[in-house]
Amino acid sequence: MTQAQTFERFIFDRQYFLSLFEALTRRGYCVVGPTVCDGAIVYQELTSPDDLPIGWTDQQDGGTYRLKRRNDQALFGYVVGPHSWKKFLFPPRIRLFRARRTERGFNIVLNDVASPPAPDTPYSALNDPPSGISPSIPIHPTAPKFAFIGVRSCELHAIAIQDKVFLGGAYVDPTYKVRRENAFIVAVNCGQAGGTCFCASMNTGPKATVGFDLALTEILEPARHYFVVEVGTDRGAAVLQDIPHRPAHIEEVQLAEEIVARTARQMGRQLDTTDIKELLYRNYEHPRWDQVAARCLTCANCTMVCPTCFCSTVEDVTDLTGEHAERWRTWDSCFTMDFSYIHGGSVRASAKARYRQWMTHKLATWIDQFGTSGCVGCGRCITWCPVAIDITEEVRAIRASEPNHKEKTDGNT
Amino acid sequence: MPRKRRPKLAVWKFASCDGCQLSLLDCEDELLRLAGHVEIAYFPEASRAIVRGPYDLSLVEGSITTPHDAERIHQVRRASRFLVTIGACATAGGIQALRNFKDVREFISIVYATPVYIETLSKSTPIAEHVFVDFELRGCPINKYQLLDVISAFLHGRKPNTPPHSVCMECKRRGVVCVMVAHGTPCLGPVTHAGCGAICPTYHRGCYGCFGPKETPNTNSLSAWWSHLGVKEQDLVRAFRGFNAYAEPFRKESEAHE
Repeated sequence: MTQAQTFERFIFDRQYFLSLFEALTRRGYCVVGPTVCDGAIVYQELTSPDDLPIGWTDQQDGGTYRLKRRNDQALFGYVVGPHSWKKFLFPPRIRLFRARRTERGFNIVLNDVASPPAPDTPYSALNDPPSGISPSIPIHPTAPKFAFIGVRSCELHAIAIQDKVFLGGAYVDPTYKVRRENAFIVAVNCGQAGGTCFCASMNTGPKATVGFDLALTEILEPARHYFVVEVGTDRGAAVLQDIPHRPAHIEEVQLAEEIVARTARQMGRQLDTTDIKELLYRNYEHPRWDQVAARCLTCANCTMVCPTCFCSTVEDVTDLTGEHAERWRTWDSCFTMDFSYIHGGSVRASAKARYRQWMTHKLATWIDQFGTSGCVGCGRCITWCPVAIDITEEVRAIRASEPNHKEKTDGNT
Repeated sequence: MPRKRRPKLAVWKFASCDGCQLSLLDCEDELLRLAGHVEIAYFPEASRAIVRGPYDLSLVEGSITTPHDAERIHQVRRASRFLVTIGACATAGGIQALRNFKDVREFISIVYATPVYIETLSKSTPIAEHVFVDFELRGCPINKYQLLDVISAFLHGRKPNTPPHSVCMECKRRGVVCVMVAHGTPCLGPVTHAGCGAICPTYHRGCYGCFGPKETPNTNSLSAWWSHLGVKEQDLVRAFRGFNAYAEPFRKESEAHE
């Protein structure tokens, strides 16, 4: 993923979007991207640009998401939905290994990447999760090469944060590593902001600046529908060669810049990050935590939809014979009691302790742990909270209660 | 590892619809394997052959609704090394616990031609109100894979994998779009114990709470949001008065809206 040093922009017309799909498929990528499903725009495997959410947009607010028709044929005229790319890079449920009993103990049978089972492996209790529920996201025996279409700037930052978690430090996660290294990323600059967006506050968007192979800005004019393309890597440049394109005119580049600048002014939410780490550290006993705990369902939706939340648990299962065992990894959440269970009980038994742990980690202790905020301002935790708890509102309430607080006018930092 | 003898399994029925016992028969392929590893010693729904107790593992279905059953459950407990209750009747009193909110004598007078022959208790209660229970498996009906996991865990001395968190986590892991946020459909998922695999939201329905209250359920906050979605008080009462109506968090929430 070497950076191609070019500030040039290119243009390809809407009709050639199919060429992008073909170029990626030809290179062996499994193309995944946004599509309309069950009243939302979700990320799934796509077969052609016809699967994209053409002419759809979303309206979002705390605890509310609704699809709406646009009056144009935009491919990316929406913001972000309930899914994030982490479901492909960090699968919600995956078998880590199998074990077989031997005379003197047991042997580990590696699977997944190392030794994939045959595709026609017959059903057995062992091959299914213990709950017996087949995951909707197929667990490929070998990790596929994914091409992500329509990755937003906040999501690029979220992937970069998970890179630090899973690839940084001494212990590298092999499941994540193979998926991440193979992923081809087509970013899209946001043409509009949603009701719960606040990437401008978190300095994570709306313009894609790093971490993409190609970045597109969609432009809809009465007579023309085209994309301004920025090349991020050499392999991005190679894919672009397979799509009919031409260098962009300066007016087209300016138009693309104006679209992103306009989006930055439309943010539905704002979060003042000034001194945020210290703000939260000195307010562990703030009465606001009790108020939010009275509303919090501890259902874990915020952590499931968060593109940076990375916690997991493992379940050990055995079959009836006791000859085979498996270890499965599943997404977990700091909102469950089991998550902080140690000898004697759960460390964070109250909803207050669990909400405070989550928000303080996301916005403050994350900085000490990984050197960045754990929040990218995508707004998913606000939209998909069943009772509309709003992280920006919680920070604002704590900040406003401090004696020498001055109201910031722009809210962006 | 060679075993001295196969553990003896018993399946007992109290006030119930038999659906949870059927989950065991539904195991089909696994049932034969199960029979190879445990001795199915007492299971009248499956076999007339009855082996005398004591039993290593007793699965108890149904709630206590009669004086006779209130006695019988103690005999079952005495005959069992491990006693596991299965299903909403055994763990919460079941749908028949709706009687607990009314006067059962009125029901009897309306339903039966000769009420004098009916001997019943005023309340339908879970097994754990009567005897010590080693493990409770939730659901109406139970999930057969969870049942197999509980039996397998018992056989091999490990903890069963039946997490008590919300149904929401099952939805999100499956990638199911939230019916409450995206459609405005009232859903009990955020206060309901996982285990079904989020069946109803997958079919665009709100969760009915078949697996009962999750750990630390905040029913009060969820009810407030349902009211915001336009659900009337009487419908809130009905929502919490399902198969797990007598489970304490659901009982208290329904009573708060009466």
